[in-house]
Amino acid sequence: MTEPTVARGFEVPASVDRIRRQAAMVGVIGLVALIGGAFVNRPQFFQSYLVAFIFWSGVSLGCLALLMVHHLSGGAWGLVIRRILEAAAKTLPLVALLFVPLIFGLEHVYEWAQPELVAKDPILLHKAPFLNTPFWVARTLIYFLLWSGMAFLLTKWSSQQDQGGAAGLDRRFARLSGPGLVIYGLTVSLAAIDWMMSVDPHWFSTIYGFVMVGGQGLSALAFIIIVLFTLTKSEPMSSVVQSKHLHDLGKLLFAFVMLYAYFTFSQFLIIWSANLPEEIPWYIRRLSNGWQFVMFALVLLHFALPFAMLLSADIKQNLRLLMPIALLLFVMRTVDVMFQVSPQFHEGIYIGWIDVAALVGVGGVWVAAFCHYLRGRPILPVNDPYLKEALANHGSH
Amino acid sequence: MDVQTKSKGLHGVMAEFRGPEELLDAARKAYGAGYRTVEAYSPIPIHGLAEAIGQADRKVQTAVLLAGMAGLGAGLSLCYYTSMIELSWVPAMFSGYAHNIGGRPLNSWPAFIIPTFETTILFAGITALVSMLVFNGLPLPYHPVFNVARFREHASTDAFFLCIEATDPKFDAAETRRFLTGLGATEVSDVEA
Repeated sequence: MTEPTVARGFEVPASVDRIRRQAAMVGVIGLVALIGGAFVNRPQFFQSYLVAFIFWSGVSLGCLALLMVHHLSGGAWGLVIRRILEAAAKTLPLVALLFVPLIFGLEHVYEWAQPELVAKDPILLHKAPFLNTPFWVARTLIYFLLWSGMAFLLTKWSSQQDQGGAAGLDRRFARLSGPGLVIYGLTVSLAAIDWMMSVDPHWFSTIYGFVMVGGQGLSALAFIIIVLFTLTKSEPMSSVVQSKHLHDLGKLLFAFVMLYAYFTFSQFLIIWSANLPEEIPWYIRRLSNGWQFVMFALVLLHFALPFAMLLSADIKQNLRLLMPIALLLFVMRTVDVMFQVSPQFHEGIYIGWIDVAALVGVGGVWVAAFCHYLRGRPILPVNDPYLKEALANHGSH
Repeated sequence: MDVQTKSKGLHGVMAEFRGPEELLDAARKAYGAGYRTVEAYSPIPIHGLAEAIGQADRKVQTAVLLAGMAGLGAGLSLCYYTSMIELSWVPAMFSGYAHNIGGRPLNSWPAFIIPTFETTILFAGITALVSMLVFNGLPLPYHPVFNVARFREHASTDAFFLCIEATDPKFDAAETRRFLTGLGATEVSDVEA
């Protein structure tokens, strides 16, 4: 039972619509520049596009995963950001569409997509039954079907809940989310291998799937905190979001900062200690010719600084202090994806305008779609049985 | 005479509240009314309760941070000493081992990170427990609040208490009792020292 006044009070602020238009404009400008780049430097276009695609798809997928985690765990932190998570997860069909251009330039990105290279290389020949264009594209298609399907069901049921739909919906959420997270973990591991690891088809790391999972979680949380900062500038979110919600989100951000550092350091330490000729070249490449400075920057700004700042409970509870850290992490996530992919194509440190155009162009379109999906529904899940408790201003979590 | 001994032997006045919200609300009001030596007792953690009665000190957190940093220094020094420093005048049983292992440099700091991390956590973890006990004044074999029967039987399961202690400058047995009753307490009782 919800009083109509409550539902009316939770309208999406007008700023979302303004941001949607601005993002669409920025996105179009970025895409025009990016298409220009395709004529100037075709291989670079596809390489930059891959980075942008991996980064922005990661925000969608991280939000989908957090949405499912919230449906399993509950908690006030998840209810106040549920619409943000749902809107981001809803962009997955668009992200699938954004994937299509890549198919037309695989040979510029992946060695295994160049038959004359594969023919000369016994290792690539051995890997060809897995790493070949039709199977690779089919796999990605399956991932997107599964991800979009889960996002579709969770958001559909959520709309039904808004309209006071069938009882037992919250159990249905949980029943999908359990297996859904397993599917997410498996498919994202495979996607990490397909999209990112196979950029260097000779190299392998068994923890690489988790590195991508951790990275997506971190990107998503940073994004959510930035969105919350924007939304709390106006009613209703300015009076809804309390320090207890922010504290939890800050703690999650902190946990993901450490988790990501842990995964990447595990990978580094094992490969560095073993120093084997089939593994170490990946790091030698990334620790020479200027790329080492990017790695130091990542250690410092992707881990050490946010870690030290987020130790403080006061910072975690204050959105004005938490937002800059989230913004820094969001930017460093793009640098990290670039650091994983670009050294394969550039011996020396390189960040070009096509890279920036791709990140901004794809990002603008993505953000516009996100804002579009955020509109038209109350900004909070108004009929969720736990909402009242989540918004109450007392101690219990 | 009778009143005199009673108030001398008084630890404080204790009020029982129906639930966590009522307790938090009462704690805020008591602090707002100027009471400073206030204790709140709850069987479950209540977010913001410590702050509501003015207990905002960060003694445990500070101790843990310092211990963590000490652990970091200790772990790093241990690794550094054992794998890099071998001095002729140091007896063999105390000496480090400056050996070439797998052709890696002696100062293989990436490998030092894990022991350093472990000692950081070890120092911080032990300090968290020990400093919590020390700053709480535990172990404490006797505390007057257990003289209240309701407290003895329910404080750790299903009841919420606020105790204004007699050492509070604003404390006045009758007035404080009236104040707590006014906050909506279900029961107000004197706590004998």
